[in-house]
Amino acid sequence: MSFVRLSFVLSSFTFRLAVLYALLLGVSVAILLGFIYWSTAGFMARQTDATIDAEIQGLAEQYRRRGLTGLSTLIVERVARDPGGAGVYLLADNDYQPLVGNLHAWPTAEPDGDGWLEFRLREPVAGRPAEPPTEHAARAMVFRLRGGLRLLVGRDVRELSATRAVIQDALAWGLAMTAGLALLGGSLMSAGVVRRIEAINEVGREIMDGDLSRRAPSDGSGDEFDQLAVNLNRMLARIEALMASVRQVSDNIAHDLRTPLSRLHTKLSQLRDTDLPAESAASVDAAINDAEELLSAFNALLRIARVESGSRRAAFTDLDPVPLLHDVAELYEPLAADKGQTLDVRPDLSAASGAADADMGRGLCVHGDRDLLFQALANLLDNAIKYTPEGSRILLDAIALSGALDISVTDSGPGIPAELRRKVVQRFYRIDESRSAPGHGLGLSLVQAVAQLHGAALRLDDANPGLRVVLRFDQAKSLMA
Amino acid sequence: MRVLIIEDDGQLAAYLAKAFGEVGALVEHAADGRDGLLQAAGGDYDVLVVDRMLPLLDGLGIVRTLRASGDKTPVLILSALGDVDDRVEGLRAGGDDYLVKPFAFSELHARVEALLRRAVPGDQPATRLVVADLEMDLLTREVVRAGERIALQPREFRLLEYLMRHAGQVVTRTMLLEQVWDYNFDPQTNVIDVHVSRLRGKIDKDFDPPLLQTVRGAGYVLRAA
Repeated sequence: MSFVRLSFVLSSFTFRLAVLYALLLGVSVAILLGFIYWSTAGFMARQTDATIDAEIQGLAEQYRRRGLTGLSTLIVERVARDPGGAGVYLLADNDYQPLVGNLHAWPTAEPDGDGWLEFRLREPVAGRPAEPPTEHAARAMVFRLRGGLRLLVGRDVRELSATRAVIQDALAWGLAMTAGLALLGGSLMSAGVVRRIEAINEVGREIMDGDLSRRAPSDGSGDEFDQLAVNLNRMLARIEALMASVRQVSDNIAHDLRTPLSRLHTKLSQLRDTDLPAESAASVDAAINDAEELLSAFNALLRIARVESGSRRAAFTDLDPVPLLHDVAELYEPLAADKGQTLDVRPDLSAASGAADADMGRGLCVHGDRDLLFQALANLLDNAIKYTPEGSRILLDAIALSGALDISVTDSGPGIPAELRRKVVQRFYRIDESRSAPGHGLGLSLVQAVAQLHGAALRLDDANPGLRVVLRFDQAKSLMA
Repeated sequence: MRVLIIEDDGQLAAYLAKAFGEVGALVEHAADGRDGLLQAAGGDYDVLVVDRMLPLLDGLGIVRTLRASGDKTPVLILSALGDVDDRVEGLRAGGDDYLVKPFAFSELHARVEALLRRAVPGDQPATRLVVADLEMDLLTREVVRAGERIALQPREFRLLEYLMRHAGQVVTRTMLLEQVWDYNFDPQTNVIDVHVSRLRGKIDKDFDPPLLQTVRGAGYVLRAA
């Protein structure tokens, strides 16, 4: 569970954007701080080196002019003049034996190619014997004099090291704070972005659930997200218009064909009423049946169109679903009985079944159209009876949930494969196995249209085995007695 | 029976005139709303069949005007609009029945017959219905045939009551759905037939002659043979 959560967090856009933001900001700040370090601590180190270099040049000059004596005197003078100072001097012979200076021994470290030497001062600097021997860093340059002498001039760089450490500390803290702030800022920023994307996503989901009238929120700011929302909305409006025109065309066809078809039906009926040989009579009966089937498909199509137009919403009333359920079950019970099926009604809308806000003893009511709800439930029962084998069990029930009402028809038949459940609500869609049964594939489309008109969700579930069709009414409220 | 058909679709009007003629009615026809209203107000008709959408004056306007002038001639409104609210509107305007196009003539005929029966004056509120040897007591809710008591479910009782009230008259499946089940919807299967055959099993099976008959292409009729 926690792993799933973690991987979800890691894969979330918010997290990745925040990390990316922190990383970019962190790298930029690190480069900036590196430059600051180079130009402060580095500057100080270069200053030290320049001082040492100048001193060496000075001493070498003295040696050239006044020989060894002059050099020694000068070194002694310098050491004496600045007993606690940072200067380190040592003049040694060819075998590194110290001659003059404030170092007791030649450092063991090897100088680099340029003659620079880093070493640790382990002894008290001459002139300060009271101090316990401490260890600190020193930097020196080695210079070879004529006659095999070696001159070491250096600086105790502990001040420099300390300063450098302070700068390093400050920079490290700065970097850490930058990382923290960057993560925080990144999270806030990406949360803002994600919130806006999520708002658009939410609309997308609702549209896929069938509510094509939903639109992405636009704040009118004209920024990229706003433009995305606006473009999306334009696209949706276009799709809706196209769908409406397709529907309009099919409705018009149904409407226009109905009149000639009903004339055909009338003429066939008239023909049937005349004296016909038995053979012709049978053919005419079959033709009448066909015409009736066509008419009924057209009527079903037009009924769906009328329901979808939403005009019937004006006539909605608050109604108790329980008598409705009993009525529709009573109507279909004989049909089920003829097929050896059992049809049970179990409306359970009492407060005890989970509706926290429902008053005791009162059920829930649905705001809707009595005839259309009856029609929808009739279609569901009709399907259940038609598409389940003899001896199946069919259950019509209603369950009150908090703030919602589920009315469902459950059967113990073969069910509908998950991948086809979305398709069966499409107009004229019929599962291959059911093509032999009477019907025109519009029953569930009408149920869907009725559900949408009522703001209810139509869901097809697996009843293990069988099919469970659920109509969920979200705005169910307590029935006023 | 004198019938006035106010319908602008000439073909449909001609067909209706012919069909009503065949069942022995005297038919007159008006092709637009104004003529229709003038004819209806001036003539003495038993029933008016009025299309809802007409040139010059629409069907609801005709009915409202007639009702406002105290004319109580039964009116059946024909319409291509089949919504419940359209229907309610039609009945509120003063129509007595409402039939959605397209329809079979048998359906229209059955409904017109029902309207005529309703219009017969001096109809006492019955407490007892009798068709041949089948009797129904509306107070005790008892049904007896040939002296034998028949137990019926409440809905079967209402179904039989409706059939007995319209004894000798064809009642269509749609009429039964509207009147007995009180829902306006389209059953995809002939679910009414199953109920009728159950009822038949109770009132006809063990008796002779059968009273409840199927009228092909139209519906049912309950009558003494």
